[in-house]
Amino acid sequence: MNAVPMSASAISLRAVRKVYPGGVAGVRDITLDVTRGTFVTLLGPSGSGKTTTLMMLAGFEEPTSGQILIDDADVTRTPPYDRNLGMVFQNYALFPHMTVEQNVEFPLRVRRLDADSRRAAVAKALALVKLEGFGRRRPTELSGGQQQRVALARALVFNPPILLMDEPMGALDKKLRQHMQLELKAIQRELGITVIYVTHDQEEAMSMSDRIVVMNNGLIEQVDSPEQIYHQPASRFVADFLGDTNFVTGADLNSLLRAADNSPAPYAAADVHSLRPESIEFHRDGTSKGYGPVTVEQMVFLGDSTRYKVRLPNGNELWARAQNGRYTTPIVVGDSLRIDWRRDHVVSIERSGAGETNLVNQ
Amino acid sequence: MGRRVNARHTLPEYRPLMSGLPGAVLNLLTAVALVFLLGPVVIVLIISFSADSFLGFPPSGFSLRWYYNFFGGDPTWLKAFWKSMRIASMTMALAILLGAPAAIVLARLKLRHRPIIEALVLAPLLVSPMIIAVASYLQLAKVGLTGTSFGLVLGHCVLALPFVVMNVMVSARSLDFRLEQAAMNLGARPLVVAWRVTLPLLIPGILTAALFAFLVSFDDVVLSMFLSGIEPTLQKRMWDDLRLEISPTVAAASSVLILVTLVVFAIGAVVNRRMTQRIAGRRRVNMERV
Repeated sequence: MNAVPMSASAISLRAVRKVYPGGVAGVRDITLDVTRGTFVTLLGPSGSGKTTTLMMLAGFEEPTSGQILIDDADVTRTPPYDRNLGMVFQNYALFPHMTVEQNVEFPLRVRRLDADSRRAAVAKALALVKLEGFGRRRPTELSGGQQQRVALARALVFNPPILLMDEPMGALDKKLRQHMQLELKAIQRELGITVIYVTHDQEEAMSMSDRIVVMNNGLIEQVDSPEQIYHQPASRFVADFLGDTNFVTGADLNSLLRAADNSPAPYAAADVHSLRPESIEFHRDGTSKGYGPVTVEQMVFLGDSTRYKVRLPNGNELWARAQNGRYTTPIVVGDSLRIDWRRDHVVSIERSGAGETNLVNQ
Repeated sequence: MGRRVNARHTLPEYRPLMSGLPGAVLNLLTAVALVFLLGPVVIVLIISFSADSFLGFPPSGFSLRWYYNFFGGDPTWLKAFWKSMRIASMTMALAILLGAPAAIVLARLKLRHRPIIEALVLAPLLVSPMIIAVASYLQLAKVGLTGTSFGLVLGHCVLALPFVVMNVMVSARSLDFRLEQAAMNLGARPLVVAWRVTLPLLIPGILTAALFAFLVSFDDVVLSMFLSGIEPTLQKRMWDDLRLEISPTVAAASSVLILVTLVVFAIGAVVNRRMTQRIAGRRRVNMERV
């Protein structure tokens, strides 16, 4: 392996498995390659194995089996202090007995850098996170957002090739979180650093990542760009975990289509599809557009948009969502309408059997 | 400023648990308990300024003669005082040296039989000092350490260790292990982590433990009777005096003991507060000042 020239992978997980004492599986079997310089998010609910994966990357947990490569070097059994990885902890883990400066200086001090280079590097790192002038303060004298910047400066000051982040925005309020996401993304681009970011927040994952790794139950469900993950979910779990969706059967869709023009059913009746609420469009009854009729049974006002529960001709229900103001005649409960949907937004999630034609999905 | 005031306002208001007659009874009981606790101290303080030649209350007149006796008239008193200080200091050092690492290990390791080990460490609290004294005497006699300062320090360590282990263990348990993980992630090897992160954060707990160890030794009379030999500690000297002379010097000595205890606690409180401030930052202190 050493003979091979450096690959594009900053990190390689090969069949990594982690079983905790007592037989609890943290991570069942993970193989993943992370391209150098990309922002990769491990996304999943609690217990999905994302944090365990991060802890194994950092060296705080040892895999039960499998291999972890960083820059093509096997680090599976390397202790954390020899891995040279930056890390931002969930609670920031700033040293309370040190000033901001001393915190940021710590990794340089243990690397035995001389005082001048330390001072220069600390100043540069604090400038990067826009905290000039805060060096003499104690972490407890800072706000949550400022503490996070210190943690980021401390993790970046020694120029690690990889930055690990464990739900670092969890403690921040929404406005600040959105602001920090933008800044973090900008810093990542500026430094060209590889980021592994752990979160259970799908919006956060989609707004920052080049690639999202959706994890569930210790396994990887899908690795893709945010757009692909959202529009082409590979499994029912992914479709359900990211955003809202309808799980509709072929029969549901057929009931609409057939009622309209008596054409042969295009969908296999037992197949399950994911159809995002915003992909559904309403048309007034009486026009030739769309299929129906459907009845609006319930409305949920969301500010910028409204969610509508509609009843299909076959009796099943479906959620649609539309930007407010999109329809000139406002939709009200009890309306009888027709609906249409973008065919390429119907994603087959579960296929019922072999041999049946499937017109949707790619 | 606004924030501080708000913080103050969010504190729940104190409301008496009971009102009316039950409340009055409760207040009375509290007062009785306080008198009960502080009464002897006050009486001893008064007697120590007595002009009489024997212990008695109330004194017929006041003087400093017994303090004069303690601080020079009878040199054995001051000698005993300094011996107690020496023994207490050595006990403090040894108990910390032995107890603090043990406490950190007990707080950290997932030992299967940890409750049993903890119970063993805390056992001296449950055993009568007299039994410890007799047992220590017999064992130390075998190795020829009875009557030596070191023997007495060893004995006092047995009494002090539970306090040291308990205090340090509480500190070690509340320490966020992620701080150590962070240090390691930043490149610090385990020894550096211990020296630069773990130890500084445990200092307040270790300090409290040290004060307890000092006072346990300084206040002990039972072990001192068995182990201190011909040069008595202050407590032993007082005991001898009570049996042989019953002069109010004992009261003066008691007052000095109380003073030392108060000073030790005051030092502890001040230093501990400083340390906590350093760790917790100025904000918390500001809150206290409001």
